[in-house]
Amino acid sequence: MAAPVRSTADQPTSSVQNLTIGKALNLGLRAAMEADDKVLVLGEDVGKLGGVFRITDGLQKDFGEQRVLDTPLAESGIIGTAVGLAVRGFRPVCEIQFEGFIFPGFDQISSQLAKLHYRTQGGIKVPVVIRVPYGGGIGAVEHHSESPESLFAHIAGLKVVSCANPVDAYWMIQQAIRCDDPVLFFEPKRLYHSGALKAPVDTAAEPDPLFASRTVRQGSTATLVAYGPSVKVCLDAATAAAEDDLSLEVIDLRTLSPLDLEPVFESVRRTGRLITVSEAPSESSITSEIAARVQQECFYSLESPVLRVTGFDTPYPPSKLEEHYLPDLDRVLHAVDRALAW
Amino acid sequence: MTDTLSTAVSHELDENALLEAYRTMRTIRAFEERLHDEFATGEIPGFVHLYAGEEASATGVCAHLDGRDSIASTHRGHGHCIAKGVDVKAMMAEIYGKKTGSCHGKGGSMHIADLSKGMLGANGIVGGGPPLICGTALAAKQRGTGGVGVAFFGDGASNQGTTLESLNLASVWNLPAIFVAENNGYAEATSSSWSVAADNIADRAAGFGMPGVIVDGFDFFAVHEAAGEAVQRAREGGGPTLIEVKFTRYFGHFEGDQQTYRAKEVAEARAKLDCLKRFRARVTETGQVDAARLDAIDTQVADLIDAAVEEAKAAPKPTAADLETDVYVSY
Ligand SMILES: Cc1ncc(C[n+]2csc(CCOP(=O)(O)OP(=O)(O)O)c2C)c(N)n1
Ligand SMILES: [Mg+2]
Repeated sequence: MAAPVRSTADQPTSSVQNLTIGKALNLGLRAAMEADDKVLVLGEDVGKLGGVFRITDGLQKDFGEQRVLDTPLAESGIIGTAVGLAVRGFRPVCEIQFEGFIFPGFDQISSQLAKLHYRTQGGIKVPVVIRVPYGGGIGAVEHHSESPESLFAHIAGLKVVSCANPVDAYWMIQQAIRCDDPVLFFEPKRLYHSGALKAPVDTAAEPDPLFASRTVRQGSTATLVAYGPSVKVCLDAATAAAEDDLSLEVIDLRTLSPLDLEPVFESVRRTGRLITVSEAPSESSITSEIAARVQQECFYSLESPVLRVTGFDTPYPPSKLEEHYLPDLDRVLHAVDRALAW
Repeated sequence: MTDTLSTAVSHELDENALLEAYRTMRTIRAFEERLHDEFATGEIPGFVHLYAGEEASATGVCAHLDGRDSIASTHRGHGHCIAKGVDVKAMMAEIYGKKTGSCHGKGGSMHIADLSKGMLGANGIVGGGPPLICGTALAAKQRGTGGVGVAFFGDGASNQGTTLESLNLASVWNLPAIFVAENNGYAEATSSSWSVAADNIADRAAGFGMPGVIVDGFDFFAVHEAAGEAVQRAREGGGPTLIEVKFTRYFGHFEGDQQTYRAKEVAEARAKLDCLKRFRARVTETGQVDAARLDAIDTQVADLIDAAVEEAKAAPKPTAADLETDVYVSY
């Protein structure tokens, strides 16, 4: 997809800026709103406050209350409103404050948003983006730290993506907004303001396509597949493993529905081993889907079963147990050892 | 129709009841103020939403409740828990995420629950509680216990579909349910004067075919009287009531909130409207309670909170093994 056209007003002289994921999302939203005046932002406290994570900071001030709408507390209403706006020519971007609060709106997503295009035999497009901060590691509890992305990937008619770095955050949000299908946009909330992940974002560059996974580190011993907050965990694990002369390949899925598994198949055919990593519970999840497809496509290349490093099949635990629940470097490396010892 | 209750008189309450009410309100205040300080040290995990300023609501309502009754609370739930009799030390330990907590450290501030006390739980989901109360109220009705259900919820929650569905359900089934809308003026940074389309949340009661009442939430006696009527009506089969309690929260939405969206109303409320100050002035002026007895309660409460914090800090954390327990009844 081509880079959206942007106005040149207020642009820094260089097109490269060093950004956090949070700031990159903010600038990406801004660019999308500048490029298309049909793009609206709506949600609880997104306007005056700039969102609970300040991702929409300043947008209402600059684009006005007509385009950045604070809503009463009503997720079902917010999402349904977006569907109505979209079928009448707008491109609404809804913010859900934390992933756990999407469920009052689940019906509108599953029963309306996902179905309208199919139900009208392709007659209606519903270009809604729902931004969902997700994942743990912020010391909060259930509803504030969960990873429900598999539930949405399970629903036909929805596209589901997740960014893991500032460059993708900047481009993927714009591409999601330009997409004519509904997109659930999962944002790794604990990394929003991570200084360590700050990266130069070239706003004049040509972005990679939205619905494509990407190999972010090359290796030959085993393949790690992750998305969102787990990509960093895998990259750290690969760095640590390199000290033991283990060469781990890391693939950032980026798109969870549709899955883009060709790079994974290609990798597994070389390495023979796959470990999928995600904070979500493992049962009936994206990681299970990957395991199923890889065993189908790469059966004769596999040297060990596909292993999964995930959250537990329990409700999200309180903060004192998070360190056990969340996949970390040690758990990933342990899985690598198991795969190698098979 | 929505009635506005003016400050009521306190003659129904005997000295013991007054002392109990004062103890509850003081306990909530001390609990929350202490948490405000402790949170700043970084030892308490997660999000903590404090109820300080709103004590008269939980206390005035729960004073009418007993073992037959259930309440559902909100993310700002400590006050409701204390007023319904949940153990203060277990609550503190829960907030510290410790194994000795009300939910063995698995709930935290936002999910403290104690069914043995009829406390269905604080709730991380805004609007999560009211439907549950339709259920407990229907259960009480079908089992003929005379029990009632009370849903506490905020002005923000009053706009959530689940809350509005529950108001209708309760009326359709003529349930012994009381809906207490705690209007503290804001849902996070969103002002209720904007987000609630009616002039008052209580005005909506008419649309659901139930009585609606507005009370001054800083006035324990006003809340107590309104709740007394509603609870009695519910117990006698007269159906649900919506009570809107208006006040201000003293701290930010959550601990750490910068509060850029509001100005000096808190200082004014603390100085002029505070429920504890007004309660004390009232009962001492009328001679119903000796100030020394209130002072004694202040000291006892302070000691209790000290002990609760000390024990919570010393208590063990849950272990990795606790992660996988209690997901199902049977495995
Ligand atoms: C379904 C849902 N949406 C959003 C939130 C985030 N949130 C937590 S508290 C809150 C405001 C609630 O306001 P109100 O009901 O007035 O209660 P108060 O905080 O004022 O006591 C919001 C939006 C949530 N917890 N649950
Ligand atoms: Mg409120």
